[in-house]
Amino acid sequence: TSAMMAAACGRGLLAPLGGRLRAGPRVPLRSVAAAAPLYDVVVSGGGMVGSAMAAVLGHDMHFHDKKIALLEAGPRKECDRVPDRYSNRVSSISPGSATLLSSFGAWDHVCSLRFKPFRRMQVWDACSEAMIVFEKDDLDDMGYIVENDVIMSALTKQLDAVADRVEVFYGSRAVGYTWPLPSHSCDTSPWVQIELADGRRLQTKLLIGADGHNSVVRKEAEIKNIEHRYDQSAVVATLHLSEATDNNVAWQRFLPSGPIALLPLSDTASSLVWSTSHEHASELLAMDEESFVDSINSAFWSNINHSDFIDTAGAMFRSAISLLKPSGTAVRQLPPSIAKVDPKSRAMFPLGMGHAAEYVQHRLALIGDAAHRVHPLAGQGVNLGFGDIACLAHHLSAAAFNGSDLGSLKHLLKFETQRQRHNVSLIAAIDVLKRLYSTRLAPLVLLRTWGLQATNALPPLKVRI
Amino acid sequence: LSLSRLTTKRLFSTSVDSEEMRKFQLLAHKWWDEEGEYSALHSMNDIRVPFIRDTLLNMSSNYHLGKPLAGVKILDVGCGGGLLSEPLGRLGASVTGIDPLEDNIRTADQHKSFDPVLAKRIQYKSSSLEEIVDESMETFDVIIASEVVEHVADLEMFIKCCSQVLKPEGSLFITTINKTQLSYVLGIVVAEKILGIVPEGTHEWEKFVSPEELERLLESNGFSVKTVNGMLYNPLSGSWSWMESRSVNYAVHAVRCGARGQSSLTDALSEMEREGPSAATGTAV
Repeated sequence: TSAMMAAACGRGLLAPLGGRLRAGPRVPLRSVAAAAPLYDVVVSGGGMVGSAMAAVLGHDMHFHDKKIALLEAGPRKECDRVPDRYSNRVSSISPGSATLLSSFGAWDHVCSLRFKPFRRMQVWDACSEAMIVFEKDDLDDMGYIVENDVIMSALTKQLDAVADRVEVFYGSRAVGYTWPLPSHSCDTSPWVQIELADGRRLQTKLLIGADGHNSVVRKEAEIKNIEHRYDQSAVVATLHLSEATDNNVAWQRFLPSGPIALLPLSDTASSLVWSTSHEHASELLAMDEESFVDSINSAFWSNINHSDFIDTAGAMFRSAISLLKPSGTAVRQLPPSIAKVDPKSRAMFPLGMGHAAEYVQHRLALIGDAAHRVHPLAGQGVNLGFGDIACLAHHLSAAAFNGSDLGSLKHLLKFETQRQRHNVSLIAAIDVLKRLYSTRLAPLVLLRTWGLQATNALPPLKVRI
Repeated sequence: LSLSRLTTKRLFSTSVDSEEMRKFQLLAHKWWDEEGEYSALHSMNDIRVPFIRDTLLNMSSNYHLGKPLAGVKILDVGCGGGLLSEPLGRLGASVTGIDPLEDNIRTADQHKSFDPVLAKRIQYKSSSLEEIVDESMETFDVIIASEVVEHVADLEMFIKCCSQVLKPEGSLFITTINKTQLSYVLGIVVAEKILGIVPEGTHEWEKFVSPEELERLLESNGFSVKTVNGMLYNPLSGSWSWMESRSVNYAVHAVRCGARGQSSLTDALSEMEREGPSAATGTAV
């Protein structure tokens, strides 16, 4: 009848949720529900993003009476004092992420342990003179370089502070997830069932997957993931500078084989992140310390990739810009030279990109690398994850204050739309940059040379980045 | 005297309309499908829960972190499948939900049974409002009749029963549909026949009540009307919002006046005069 058709049309307009409701395996009510403890939120994955998510919710005033659990396969990580040696895994924390961390008291711990603010970022090409410099007009900090261990330690402390609300399961790996049918089916459990490796079971109203780029949660939820393995690995190491300096600049040079970056740790030390081919990465790890240091210095200083044609074209463009916009060409600073590398601090890990087609389903949300994985060239990885946390926590807090069912797709979809809108363009841009800078071909080098110079000269574009 | 009169009246008429019950019987199992026939009621929670919550928070000075409505006893009249009872329960209130249709109560009980916190905070009962008056005199802090009064047979008696069951100074929240040309076009023609937002035949325009009429009935039965707000449903986004005009949907907050249920100052003053000059000096009004 027309009424039925109208009903179908009307609901079609109103039902973006329809496709997200699964027809999964039914869970027999009696055998499971009676025994397994029921949580309001379970976060699977206790890395920087998962731990921060649990901590943010634990400190939220509308979650005061809620039960939250954090599942982490590894052991508890905490230190009261930093070790003398720097850790070789560091992250560039944006001011926005620092604000999130200070909203629940973790940033204070970071500051009391160890961190390095930087004021300027200089990015340049190996095949030309083109360069772009980022800095804030008011000489504010652009970002902070923090060791991942320091962040974890700060997060662990803040989780301890809300231990009455957040239960952390260390050494616990989830091996199975069972998804509920949409809520109007009355005779089965409406909650997500989680089975741990040691046989324990949990139930939850909302599962947050923060288990990294090989997310088990994402796989079990059968969410499609667009992924691509780059033919690159990143080499990390802790380096010591030839001479102490006001080390508040982050340096990145795009070599044809991949970008090499120097992130300040202190006035005498910096962290290396060198993305290059798998073979070259293995060579770098194998060579003796002196050759390793020489390779780094050469990568930053050598002009071997320049060609006269590109240099002339670049110079012409630069004079054109300085006619139109006198302030548009910045002073080129020189990166510091390296004297030593910390023994045993060299390591490598493979790189790739990934993006989940959906961030949410009924009673499920993905955050951090489980939802999106990027190349480190833009220093954005963990910041995207912290951005996910801020957005999801905002929506969950409002839902809790409205008495809503936390696992309801209505507010989860709002989180997904907001974050996908923000993330997709950034992830795509990073991927494009990675590919654009991986070549020596003259036309592309010219394109990116002029592009970089133009971007450097245009304040609105720079500010957006 | 007045009590026995009310009792006799109850034997012969009731606020429950059997025609209405039949309409809801068919959909008793569809309550919790957020996409289904009741989707507009699900999304109405986004404005009616904050409205109730914030009004009550403004009136009280206690605040429990995480349980803003802790300690509040609420009666949800015409609770259906418990769509409104559950969020209020999650906010900490003790909720009693009543509905004349047994199947609705069964659905509501079943749905809350999976959550131990809700199962304790909410009690459902298959009953009409009149049937619980005797055992629940002045029991509740708040009564909510959301999307109910347009289905009720005798509105004045319904309001009288609310007054008996509410504590003095207790709050009554009503959401319903206005009786205007616009509400006929949007509420029945568009909502039921064209877009299918509401199952066909759910509403009868004759039973709609205007805010003026509702306000008159409330004020003459011991209530003081504090707020009347217009509500609007957007079928494209599936969401509700507040609006100035009350010509389609609207929400009312009223407070039951003092211990004697007198609604006007002049009544109280005349009582005082009758009692004599000594009383007048002692009583503060």
